[in-house]
Amino acid sequence: MSTVHKIKKGLDIKLLGEAEKTIVDLNAKRFSIKPPDFIGCFPKMLVIEGDTVKAGSPLFFDKYRDNIQFTSPVSGKVVGIIRGAKRKLLRVIIESDEKQEAVDFGKIDLKAATKESLTDLLLKSGIWPMIRQRPYSTVADPKDDPKAIFVSAFDTAPLAPDFDLIVHGQGKVFQAGIDVLVKLTSGKVHLNIDNKNTTSKVFLNSKNVQVNSFSGPHPAGNVSVHASRVDPINKGEIIWYVGPQEVLTIGRLALEGKYNTERIVALAGSEVLKPRYYKTFLGARITNMISGNVNENNNRFISGNVLTGVKIEKDGFVRFYDSLITVIPEGNKHEFFGWIMPGFNKFSFSGVFLSRLMPNKKYRLDTNVHGGHRAYVITGQMEEVFPFDIYPLQLIKAILVEDIDLMENLGIYEIDDEDFALCEVIDTSKTEIQDTVRKGLDLMRQEMS
Amino acid sequence: MKALRNFLDKQKPHFEKGGKFEKLNSMFDSVETLMYVPDTVTKKGAHIRDAIDMKRTMIVVFIALLPALFFGMWNIGYQHFLSIGESPDFWTMFFYGFLKMLPIIIISYGVGLGIEILFAQIRNHEVAEGFFVTGLLIPMIVPPETPLWQVALAVAFAVIFGKEVFGGSGMNILNPALLARAFLFFAYPSDISGDKVWIADKADAFSGATPMGDALVGNFDNLPSVFDMFMGFIPGSNGETSTLMILIGAIILLATGIGNWRVMLTVFAGGYVMGLLFNLWGLNEYMDLPAHYHLVMGGFAFGAVFMATDPVTAAQTKKGMYIYGFLIGMIAVLIRVFNPAYPEGVMLAILLMNVFAPLIDHYVIEANIKRRLKRLKAVTS
Repeated sequence: MSTVHKIKKGLDIKLLGEAEKTIVDLNAKRFSIKPPDFIGCFPKMLVIEGDTVKAGSPLFFDKYRDNIQFTSPVSGKVVGIIRGAKRKLLRVIIESDEKQEAVDFGKIDLKAATKESLTDLLLKSGIWPMIRQRPYSTVADPKDDPKAIFVSAFDTAPLAPDFDLIVHGQGKVFQAGIDVLVKLTSGKVHLNIDNKNTTSKVFLNSKNVQVNSFSGPHPAGNVSVHASRVDPINKGEIIWYVGPQEVLTIGRLALEGKYNTERIVALAGSEVLKPRYYKTFLGARITNMISGNVNENNNRFISGNVLTGVKIEKDGFVRFYDSLITVIPEGNKHEFFGWIMPGFNKFSFSGVFLSRLMPNKKYRLDTNVHGGHRAYVITGQMEEVFPFDIYPLQLIKAILVEDIDLMENLGIYEIDDEDFALCEVIDTSKTEIQDTVRKGLDLMRQEMS
Repeated sequence: MKALRNFLDKQKPHFEKGGKFEKLNSMFDSVETLMYVPDTVTKKGAHIRDAIDMKRTMIVVFIALLPALFFGMWNIGYQHFLSIGESPDFWTMFFYGFLKMLPIIIISYGVGLGIEILFAQIRNHEVAEGFFVTGLLIPMIVPPETPLWQVALAVAFAVIFGKEVFGGSGMNILNPALLARAFLFFAYPSDISGDKVWIADKADAFSGATPMGDALVGNFDNLPSVFDMFMGFIPGSNGETSTLMILIGAIILLATGIGNWRVMLTVFAGGYVMGLLFNLWGLNEYMDLPAHYHLVMGGFAFGAVFMATDPVTAAQTKKGMYIYGFLIGMIAVLIRVFNPAYPEGVMLAILLMNVFAPLIDHYVIEANIKRRLKRLKAVTS
């Protein structure tokens, strides 16, 4: 390992309820693929309620890129096609028959395989959507030749799952997945690890990749941070990125010829009685992990972490790209003179509460916004948690006035909404920055296509 | 506490759209949120949020101002009794100054908050907390004998033309508190300069010149000792005389992370460097004044800690902050030494740099953009 990329700016928010390193079976009955998980995807259904499907049978495809299809993660029956306002497709629910019958795509001969043959197979099996691109975080375009593919072997977000544990003992599968990725780009495949915490041989012994080591607080695990240090994204350039569990799925396709969506999902958060890891398949319903396992109060269930995750119902489903369910208390309570109290129990990046005297304290944070929405008054704050050579506030303002040229000049291609999550958390003016950035990215995507 | 909450919940519908007092919504809201942090939860984006909000930020600045404020009250009394040759006990002096300042503070808050609430209602916003600090800053930077109607007029001018016409807190270009002072300075010069106004009910025979005034006319022998000026036992505007108390405020601001150390440090550095340059030049007696005198005289420290650091009107990029702060320090001392009309240059230096801050930022950001383009060029060529 040559150089360690030290990330100085950022913030580790210490929360209670980290998942214990034990894995139990979830035994979920129902699974779901949710079109809103895929940015810019317009789904067209291929099945109707009552259809029987195998793991790998197509469920729907993207209307504007019809070679990208989304397949069933398990074998069973389609039991629900849920639509929202304006008939927007929200989710397709499959009830598992617990047989795990899978479509046979045939094992891959990696030596003989070409980019075209692999792309075809990944598209057909429904694995392709696991590969995403930057800028915009949309599902990658099979026609593109990315300048590099990034695999992040660690996550620095609060209560993030430990990927060392998740990939344990899967060295062969992981390597097979990597070998497929290597064929998809003319550039390099970067495997990015945590300098201190990544100890798994699965990652450290990976071949055909460039291993880059990072250290520092969140967002040190974000793809944009890695790209900014290793191979910055310029205008017109594209990189692809894939998560470790997705690499395993690709590896299993290569070795078994099947769409095997085994997943390990962490359950964490202050309201969980027994935070731990669950073995299941992609898109599992969370009912079995939380029933009898959370405190009996008004809780918020989040697929993903507290910074970038999405609120789901208590009988909701894990999102496509997530390996974590977080449960924290709702904060819909008024607080008497809250802004004047000394605040031993209040979390703040600034030093205005006495909790600053206890830097290692772990918090039980709720979802209260802690104040009203204001204009941007305080400056210089966001820069402290934003490890890019980009001016965050100026970029946000460029997005708000929809100045395309300025957004481009200020570096919008290099970032994603998740990179602004910490800015949003510490923002004194309580604005919704991730939403703003996402709108800016959507605008750029439309303007550029 | 429950009863109060229930009472507020009961009254709330009257102030919402369609209610009896719909027009007073902003007022009700400001009272409610003053007593209770709202129960809103996160809907989009990050699910947890920092406990800090604008109210908390502003109260920290308010607290940081208190040492200088209380010292100022005592000093008003001290200077008054000194001029008439009496020396009563501490509390008499403090109480004298307290009574002098209280009406100014009440007028400042009354007029300013009234206008703020009015604008918040028109714009359908919540009342911004910015004036919480501005309303205290203004009484601290005017002389003790300022007529109250002038205070009211200056506050109204600053809030309306300094802030609200630009869109309210966060949108203004000039520091509102300094704008209020500049308004008085140019509209009623006789009430805010000279030897008469700095000591309340001064005995006629007693010289009431501030160190700045003495320095302007070349009375360098009259200057108090550095110690007296640092401690603040000198005539001056209500809250700005004690560098020590201001530094205590600065420590509060920096320890909590609210204050901007980059600006504070560079203002002091800029003033000191300019003083040193003048020492080297040494054309006249003022230029020979030891550089550190400039830092403890007049409103320099107060301007550096509480005025130049205003996040809205200062430069917003890190590099920009260094340039902005340094130039404020230099220009302040430059005006002091060279301008025959104005004894003090801090106010004008800060206002001038407020105007230039966006330009400084522009060039810093341009450099960032150029760096990005250069990287692109390196790839494409």
